[in-house]
Amino acid sequence: MSRRPYVRKIERNWWLQHPRYVAYMIRELTSLFVGLYCALLAIGLVRLAQGHAAWDGFVAAFSSPPGVVFQWLCLVFAIYHSVTWFALTPKAMPLMVKGEPVPGKLIVGAHYVAWAAVSAVVLMAAGV
Amino acid sequence: MDVIEIDVAIVGAGGAGLRAAIAVAEADPTLTQALISKVYPMRSHTVAAEGGAAGVIKDNDSLDNHFHDTVSGGDWLCDQDAVELFVNTAPLELLQLEHWGCPWSREANGKVAVRPFGGMKIERTWYAADKTGFHILHTLFQTSLKYPSIKRFDEYYSTDLIVEDGRCTGVIGIEMRSGRMVAFRARAVVIATGGAGRIFPFTTNGAIKTGDGMAMAYRAGVPLKDMEFMQYHPTGLPGTGILITEGSRGEGGILVNKDGYRYLQDYNLGPPDPWPRKKAMELGPRDRLSQAFWHEQQKGRTIKTPHGDVVHLDIRQLGEKMINERLPMVRELAKAYVGVDPVHELIPVRPVVHYTMGGIHTDIDTATSLPGLFAAGECACVSINGANRLGSNSLAEIVVFGARAGRSAAAFAKAHPKPAAAAKAAEAAQANLRELFAREGGSDTVSSLRKAMNDTMESGAGIYRSEDTLRQTCGVLADLRARYRKIQLQDRSNVFNTDLIQTLELGCMLDVAEAMAHSALERKESRGSHQRLEYPKRDDASYLKHSLARYRDAGPPSISYLDVVITKSPPAERVYGGAAT
Amino acid sequence: MSETITLEVLRYRPETDSEPHFQRYTVPYRDDWVVLDALNHIKDNLDATLSYRWSCHMAVCGSCGMTINNEPKLSCHTFLRDYRGGVIRVEPLDHFPIERDLVIVMDSFMEKLSGVKPWLIPKQEKPLSDGEYLQSPAELNVFHQYTQCINCVLCYAACPQVGLNEDFVGPAALALAHRYNLDSRDGGKGARADVVASNEGIWECTFVGACSQVCPKQVDPAAAIQQTKISASVDWLKDLLTPGAHR
Ligand SMILES: Cc1cc2nc3c(=O)[nH]c(=O)nc-3n(C[C@H](O)[C@H](O)[C@H](O)COP(=O)(O)OP(=O)(O)OC[C@H]3O[C@@H](n4cnc5c(N)ncnc54)[C@H](O)[C@@H]3O)c2cc1C
Ligand code: SF4
Ligand code: FES
Repeated sequence: MSRRPYVRKIERNWWLQHPRYVAYMIRELTSLFVGLYCALLAIGLVRLAQGHAAWDGFVAAFSSPPGVVFQWLCLVFAIYHSVTWFALTPKAMPLMVKGEPVPGKLIVGAHYVAWAAVSAVVLMAAGV
Repeated sequence: MDVIEIDVAIVGAGGAGLRAAIAVAEADPTLTQALISKVYPMRSHTVAAEGGAAGVIKDNDSLDNHFHDTVSGGDWLCDQDAVELFVNTAPLELLQLEHWGCPWSREANGKVAVRPFGGMKIERTWYAADKTGFHILHTLFQTSLKYPSIKRFDEYYSTDLIVEDGRCTGVIGIEMRSGRMVAFRARAVVIATGGAGRIFPFTTNGAIKTGDGMAMAYRAGVPLKDMEFMQYHPTGLPGTGILITEGSRGEGGILVNKDGYRYLQDYNLGPPDPWPRKKAMELGPRDRLSQAFWHEQQKGRTIKTPHGDVVHLDIRQLGEKMINERLPMVRELAKAYVGVDPVHELIPVRPVVHYTMGGIHTDIDTATSLPGLFAAGECACVSINGANRLGSNSLAEIVVFGARAGRSAAAFAKAHPKPAAAAKAAEAAQANLRELFAREGGSDTVSSLRKAMNDTMESGAGIYRSEDTLRQTCGVLADLRARYRKIQLQDRSNVFNTDLIQTLELGCMLDVAEAMAHSALERKESRGSHQRLEYPKRDDASYLKHSLARYRDAGPPSISYLDVVITKSPPAERVYGGAAT
Repeated sequence: MSETITLEVLRYRPETDSEPHFQRYTVPYRDDWVVLDALNHIKDNLDATLSYRWSCHMAVCGSCGMTINNEPKLSCHTFLRDYRGGVIRVEPLDHFPIERDLVIVMDSFMEKLSGVKPWLIPKQEKPLSDGEYLQSPAELNVFHQYTQCINCVLCYAACPQVGLNEDFVGPAALALAHRYNLDSRDGGKGARADVVASNEGIWECTFVGACSQVCPKQVDPAAAIQQTKISASVDWLKDLLTPGAHR
């Protein structure tokens, strides 16, 4: 048998070999931070339930310089995650109206509008 | 050599081969089959067909209309019993494709839509945007996957038929990825290998359309019929030969010369208005349109480009929305390959070799003169196309006669015993290949011989032919065939050796080219796509006949003639333009 | 001397080479040439031993996929003019074994394709004598984009998940399943679900989106897969609430 198909190995750093893979890996990474932040908020809730002292400690930790840096980081990553995710929504949720596809920009735009609305409601509730 | 025992072997997995395979499976699922193809089925050139497939379904139309359009379009060289069967069956077969999921374009009420096509009196061409062949091929391929009895042998190149005691009992193939030779021992064989446009230099045909099946049958003693009839499509892109579908004219596109003048009105196809109008002007038959280009060129009214003379196809008046909806591929192709956006600009086009009207001589049941051998699709000639095929008839033909070939082969396989071992044929094929691998000292290359063949066919057997040019071409071909016998492989490996495949393909093309040139030389009249400068008239008294070219080992083919079957349409003048409507 | 351009082509001949290596060829530069034309020039004039697949030269048969400067592309639709002044590196498509030179082994793809039952499974069988299944242009529009796949497998070469898990059914096959699921004539979604909605099916996709970026026919398989995920989740929920009812 003269066949001898050659199988190329996937290298460990495969995701560095193309810009679009790097972008994808960053998106994956950002979801980690978004998740971490959610977990922290949950811990905050638990602390609140544990009484004043616990809650104050939690707030203090959050306001310390490392805490603030961490939150900024989370914000940046959350925004990156949302923006890239919104950009993909027309693919995941294409809409047809009267047999014509709704333009992707409209779908993406609707997401931003919804985002702004929810943020406004939250900020209002927080009394800012 | 490995031997595979099978009931039905089908060579070719384009539209015709796939349809045949499904027909065999439906006729009797216990019949074993081998579907052999030198490329994966979805690469077959049916994929490139754009415009559509003809079949009568609308109330304003009739089978008789389709019959008469086809017979007059073929300049009365069609067998009328075959045409009648064809037009009767086409609607059913196209409907069958619909039931298998083919995404035909639709009318608002959900029914299948039809569009006008050249030479057709009434619009009856079913279409799937401008990718009709693509959708037909993929629908057939995907449907074929549900039949377990269809065993595919993808990327097997078939080289020879096995013939024993006057019966075809199989084929020999090379598994391309290993170089292994295989003998398929079959009770019945179907050839569905497509056309041979690659014999010419400028063609819409893909690299695989090298006439292999025609050559295999021809060498096995089966005559090739009407090989002098080669269709030029009037609108190919200069340089690449990529086709701009006739559908673009069906939708209202016009052809203009360098003065912006709709020149077709000067060639018995006018008057130009009203437009669009069936069977007139740009919707005349292809042979007439390509010939008109030739005359314009002689008069110096074409446009010079680095890739030869062109005229302009103008579809701007359709508007962007319509172009995107009905002709998206035309737009895409023109933009990519000639840098022209047809929404705003004129598309340069010129006649291009497109379709092989002739082929393996079969009867109405697709049987050849060799028992056990059947043929269908572009490689075959059941004679529905005559001297000029009407656009959109051949996609219908491949399903109508593909299915018929499958049924005929299934019936034959059931009625005949398993063939005895064919050691002799297998050994001979193997010996030939060994000899080719061992050959030394040749100085010609495949590409140089192929180019010489391309050039001589274009200069000698093109849109217009004459005694002199044809004689010269016949001479060159004889010389090329002699040199071919000494050609030496540049690649002697086994795994996916495309040098070997191209060499074998060239051998097929040279044989088929010779059949074409000699058939053309002998036909001393002008009919349909065969135009002889010194015999400008059709001559029914002498040539209302099919030509049959028979292979001879040494020397040129012998040419004989066969009567045309005429049932209800006596030969008459072909009229287009004002007089036709 | 007229202008030329250099191609660096990955060669692998299993009978003589232990592993692939690059070979350089210099070919004439033409504005209207595609990479495939350059390869044909090599094959016809410089080196007849180079093997690659092609047929239609019009971006519809799907044969000629290659990696061109690190990007999966159809070589018949990739113009030299876009690389003028540089070197063009041509390799076989990623994530497939190399049979020889630029020819990849396609077996796995062919199996995956047939695995999703890509044929019409009618909601209601009807005989040919009853005519066509009616389908409005709007209904056709719903799935039309997913009928455009030419099986060129560029998307498999682009998808890292295909590289990491060879059993992943992959973009084109899943998009094709979606095409039939969306067809108003079809009722086969349930029959396709065990392959499509399996771990090796849609759930292996992490929405990298690379498939849709490289697809030469704008099929957008990533969209097909995300839509299938949503619809499979809805089906799963429905099944949970009313077992077996929705199929
Ligand atoms: C650009 C273009 C546009 C067209 N548009 C239209 C249209 O709009 N309407 C219309 O009616 N017709 C059209 N035609 C014509 C029509 O498409 C063809 O005539 C038809 O598709 C031929 O189908 P087939 O099955 O006979 O052959 P093909 O589809 O060419 O298939 C041939 C098969 O044979 C196999 N094969 C060949 N040789 C070998 C071998 N040695 N060993 C193993 N396998 C082999 C190949 O692998 C392939 O599978 C068009 C043609 C072209 C080129
Ligand atoms: S989905 Fe696009 S990239 Fe993938 S095989 Fe189909 S046409 Fe090619
Ligand atoms: S050769 Fe057919 S897609 Fe490129």
